[in-house]
This record gives sequence, C-alpha cells and structure tokens, in this order.
Amino acid sequence: MPRLIKGNVIVDNEWQLIPADLSGDLPQGKLLVPLAKWLELKDAPVEGQTLAPWIDSEEEVEPVAAELLSAPLIAVHFPTFMDGRGFSTARLLRERFGYQGELRAVGYVIQDQLFFLKRCGFDAFDLREGTDLEAALASLNDFTVTYQAATDNPEPLFRKR
Amino acid sequence: MYQYDTIDRQLVQQRVDQFRDQTRRFLDGEITDQEFLPLRLQNGLYIQRLAPMLRIAVPYGMLSSRQVRKLGHIARTYDKGYAHFTTRQNIQLNWPNLEEVPDILAELAEVEMHAIQTSGNCIRNVTSDEFAGIAPDEIEDPRPWCEIIRQWSTFHPEFAFLPRKFKIAVSGSQQDRAAIQVHDIGLQIVKNADGETGFCVYVGGGLGRTPIVGSIICEFLPWQHLLTYLEAILRVYNRYGRRDNKFKARIKIIVKAWTAEVFAQKVEEEWQHLKDNPTTLTLAEVERNKQFFTRPAYKAVDVAAVDNAVAQHARENVAFSKWLQRNVREHSVAGYAAVTLSLKPTGVAPGDVTADQLDAIADLADKYSFAEVRSTHSQNLVLGDVEKSRLFELWQEAKALGFATPNIGTLTDLICCPGGDFCSLANAKSIPVAEAIQRRFDDLDYLYDLGDLTLNISGCMNACGHHHVGNIGILGVDKKGEEFYQIQLGGSSSRDSHLGAVLGPSFYQDEVVDVIDKILQVFVEQRQGDEQFIDTFQRVGMDLFKERVYAKAH
Repeated sequence: MPRLIKGNVIVDNEWQLIPADLSGDLPQGKLLVPLAKWLELKDAPVEGQTLAPWIDSEEEVEPVAAELLSAPLIAVHFPTFMDGRGFSTARLLRERFGYQGELRAVGYVIQDQLFFLKRCGFDAFDLREGTDLEAALASLNDFTVTYQAATDNPEPLFRKR
Repeated sequence: MYQYDTIDRQLVQQRVDQFRDQTRRFLDGEITDQEFLPLRLQNGLYIQRLAPMLRIAVPYGMLSSRQVRKLGHIARTYDKGYAHFTTRQNIQLNWPNLEEVPDILAELAEVEMHAIQTSGNCIRNVTSDEFAGIAPDEIEDPRPWCEIIRQWSTFHPEFAFLPRKFKIAVSGSQQDRAAIQVHDIGLQIVKNADGETGFCVYVGGGLGRTPIVGSIICEFLPWQHLLTYLEAILRVYNRYGRRDNKFKARIKIIVKAWTAEVFAQKVEEEWQHLKDNPTTLTLAEVERNKQFFTRPAYKAVDVAAVDNAVAQHARENVAFSKWLQRNVREHSVAGYAAVTLSLKPTGVAPGDVTADQLDAIADLADKYSFAEVRSTHSQNLVLGDVEKSRLFELWQEAKALGFATPNIGTLTDLICCPGGDFCSLANAKSIPVAEAIQRRFDDLDYLYDLGDLTLNISGCMNACGHHHVGNIGILGVDKKGEEFYQIQLGGSSSRDSHLGAVLGPSFYQDEVVDVIDKILQVFVEQRQGDEQFIDTFQRVGMDLFKERVYAKAH
C-alpha cells in the first residue's frame, strides 16, 4: 500500500484518489472523489464505499463550505507544485469555516513545501511519487521560528516580542 | 537601521541550513531541475547566460558599513571581484559557483543579510526612498513600515507560490522617489485630519510587457490595518490571478480585467473577514520598529559659518561646486547633507562596483555617515548623514576613488539593466548603449544645461531598466535575430507617474546615440526657460521629436 505523511509519522494511505475523468462505476473502498461527484453522492452512500472530496486548485470552497464540514477528510489537489492556490484554500477551510478533520495535500506536492503546507492547516501530505518520506519528514521542521500568523499559530510573532 | 534579535538570526540561519540541504539534494540528483528552480529562485539564484547569478537582498536599500565590507569580501572570495547594484536596491553577484552559494549565504547571515525572496513568484524585497528619514519633504519615515512588511512577508506560508512575482514599495515623502505607482502594491504614507498615520494604497502598477500605472483602491488605510489589508490583497491575487500564461499573471492584469473598483470591492470583502484579527498591528510593535530608525547623534552646528565655508570652497573650485550642485542634497537637519556617490562614471556598467571599491565605500561610511550607506533605485549609493563642514574633504576622497562623477539626475546618470552581456532573457545588449551615450554626452556644462533628465535602458520587455518611466526610454528588441532599439519618450516615475510613448520604428545600436542627440536638440530648441525635459515634452508633444528623428537626410 502507498504511504503518506500524516501528523508527524509515515502511515499507509488507505484512500484511493479517483481522477476527475474516471468513467464507469466507482470501485469499493475509501475513495477521494472530485468535489462535484462527492456533493452528488454523499447523501446516498453505497455499501463498501466511503467517500471524501478532493478540491481542485481553481475550485472555490465558499459556496459549499457547510457541506464540506461533514466530510471525513478533505483533500486539496495541487496540479503542479507551482500552483499555490491550495494554500489559500486550506486556510479558508480551517480559519474561516472551522473545518477540524483531516486536511490532505495531494497531487504534485514536494518536500520543500511541507513546512508551508503545515502552517496553512494541512495535516496529511501525499507527496509526489518517489519521494523519500523519511527525509521529507525532517522538512516539516525546516524552521522553528516564524514571523506571521497562520493556521498553526494565530498570533504573529510581534505580539510575543 | 534594523538590528536582528535572536529570532531573526535563527530564522536566517535555518534558511542557510535548508538551502544547503536543497543544494546538496540537487547536486546528488534527488531533486529535479524543475523542482530546484523555484527553490533556488526564492533564494535569489538564477542560472544566467554565463554562470549563476545570486541576488542579495538589501531591505529598502539600507546597508551598514560592516555589511558593505562583507559584500566586498564575498565578491573577492566567491566571485570575480565585483558586484552590481540593481534597480530594486539589491546587489547581485554574476559569477558565483552553485556549490558555494550555501557558504555565501552563511557569510551573509553573519552580518544579518540574506537572499530570501529576491526572486521567484513570491513577495520580493520591499523598496523605498533612498532619502528616507532625512528628506526635508518627508511626512513620516517609511523604513519602520518597510521592516514590518519585510517580516510579515518573509516565508509567508500562504504566498510562496503566487501566480507571479510581487513587488511592494513604500513612500513617506511628498515627492515619490520610490516609484510606488509602478509596483504591484504602492503604499503612500498619508496623515488624516487628526494627524494619524495611514496609507494610500495603489495596486496593479507595473512595467514589463504590459506597463500600467497603479490604481488607488484605498485612500486612507489606518496603520493598524496595514498587514491584514495586505493579506487580503495577496489572498485575492493568489486565488484569482491568472496562472495560465506567465505574461498575464501579474496582479495588474487582473486589476485591469476586473476594473480597480471591482478589485477593491473583492479585497474589501476578503478584508472584512481578516480585519481586527491578531495580525492587526499594535502600537508596541510599531514603536519597536521605530526605535531602530531614530536619528543618529547629530552635532549642533553653526549653520551660517558652515555654509560660508562650503560656499568659499565652491567659489575656489569649479569641480567641487558642480559636485555640490548635482550630488549633494538638502537634509532635514541643519548643517547636514545627503551625498550621492555616483556609480555611473563613463566606461563602467551602471551600478557595478569592485570589491576594493566596496571596502572604500564602507570606510567612507564609517568616516562620514554614521557607518551607514543606502542603495538607490537609480543604481547609486547615498551617504545620508554627512556634516556639511566635511563635504569638501569627502569630495576629495570620493573623487580619488571614482565616486564623484557630478552627474546625478542628469542624462548620464542613466539606469541600465545588465542586458545581453549577462542576462539570458535579454533581446539586446544594454551596457554598450549606456557607455556610448555617456561617451557622447561627456560635456558637463551641456549636461547641466539639460537639467534633470532620466534615461532608462532595458535589454528586453521585462523592463528591469524601467525604460517605460524614463523621460527617455530605450528598449532592446529582437527583430529576426538582430538587436534593435526602440526609443520611448515622456515617461516619469515621480508623483503622477507616466509611461513613455514609442517614438517610432526602432534603430540599430550604432544609430541610437545620434537619435538621442536629435531628441535633445529638439528639447533645447523648444524649451522655455529652465523647463525640465519632461515638461517640455508634455507641452509640445511627440510630433516635433518624431519629425526631427525620422527626417530624410538630404
């Protein structure tokens, strides 16, 4: 089974990512499905399937925030690691809408983004295939000090200086 | 100037460690070229035409003599013995080895410097007025606010992968010397009727392929809300800025597409969620930053006596009087002056300094200006706090060192990007054009008669040489593999920024100087009294210039 970083440890990834263009029936198991699909299917559960949404970088969360709060986990998709919209999406989910569940970064995510992702409220990181997860773990703590407030720390440094 | 505490020091040190590890992983093949690219860019490291280029941050242009000496040491040890001041007040090394960059960063950290966010799609070094804190027309010193913004933007976790680069400039004076209207965000310090500090906020200005003057989206933002409001702008931009085309990705494109009113509305909506949160600035934090920018121990001076002595020297020495006229500015404190060291002697690429010159500059700063130097967006250096009684002595030293070319603000004090000699983006060379202009117009009396005149050269439409806002702008263009130069007239970056208009078809490199000569002839003929070039141009318009330049030879 593929592995991912969750919290500060490496665990099995039980969730299968269903791409936006999948045709035909969904498989059994724990499935991350596109947001629109999840909204369509979430109130009609199928035996043997657990569904959670993944949100693409250009999708807005505001209109569906109330529904999202009930999701067992939310994944935010990074089509490329240069696309930083997911950082804002995460902060909105955590800080504006108070989402408390697992928030997972998926897609093209690299080790050197882990610290920033964590600060924006992600707590699970499904890194690009081939990443050395043991080495990547260390990047969660690239910095021990920060200037500005973010999801991980609502008080900016200047309020404690 | 700002002094690091243990936290600032820790942060910069951890960055050095992080980049050392990233470089090692890249050299070991663990990170791809494509993935290393943004990592090295966020540390100011480009791979250029001939070698890597490392851009070092000089926050809002302030340098201590200790830092300047360290830069000299680095240029000597890790480079070919020189460095280059940029149009954004930073300094660049053109020949470092990639393997040694982590060591350079470690050396910089020793003197509270870094290369963080000097490149890449993130919030760049905040720029300001080189006469901050000493200008007679100052409303309030912008530097404490620049430092507050610097800290807020440093490793901001949400805004490290923006659609494109993002530049913020702050002006605290009546006259805008920071070109705030051609920045992604321009902040003008203003006071309300009760004397409280606030910011007039411009967004969406910029040069590059699509030059646009910024629009005001907030007339008076009370200071407490500075960071939450910036955060709202950045969040709107991060979410909605275009990412499909890098040439359409700057904030100006979305401000233009939505209109400034709609953009302002969107920011306001976002800000309502952030307003008054803990990122709201406190008086204590503002005071903490202000204490780093207090006035040095100025001496009480007999102003009349000093002025007499200076005037006496000026009468006896024409060269000194020319230097006084162009390179020395009024200071807000009586008996003191701000002196610009010209980095534009003819024959040297504008902004270039050798390692030995950096050492000499540090010595001058120690001796004459409370151990501080400022870099300017026009690629010169300023000694901000010089006793007038020592101007003659300083002039003699600066002259011997090659920093006293009395051309500040004149045609030959031109702004110029590194161009095709160094930069892999350039369409054309810019340094030889600069030098040809300096050689042709070397008559100081003529230059002084022409008065204040900005000439800016960019080697490509990325506009690092700010050609759109030069009174005369020169742009290198590529036509079927050949280097050509387009001339623009009428640009300005001081208050009421204007973008220049294109004169007409472009020229070969060897034609440019003659064209400039013709433009200047028209100016001299049409000028009324002591009018500046820009005023004459605005009065008479483009046609006269066009007719003269493109007239058929008989």
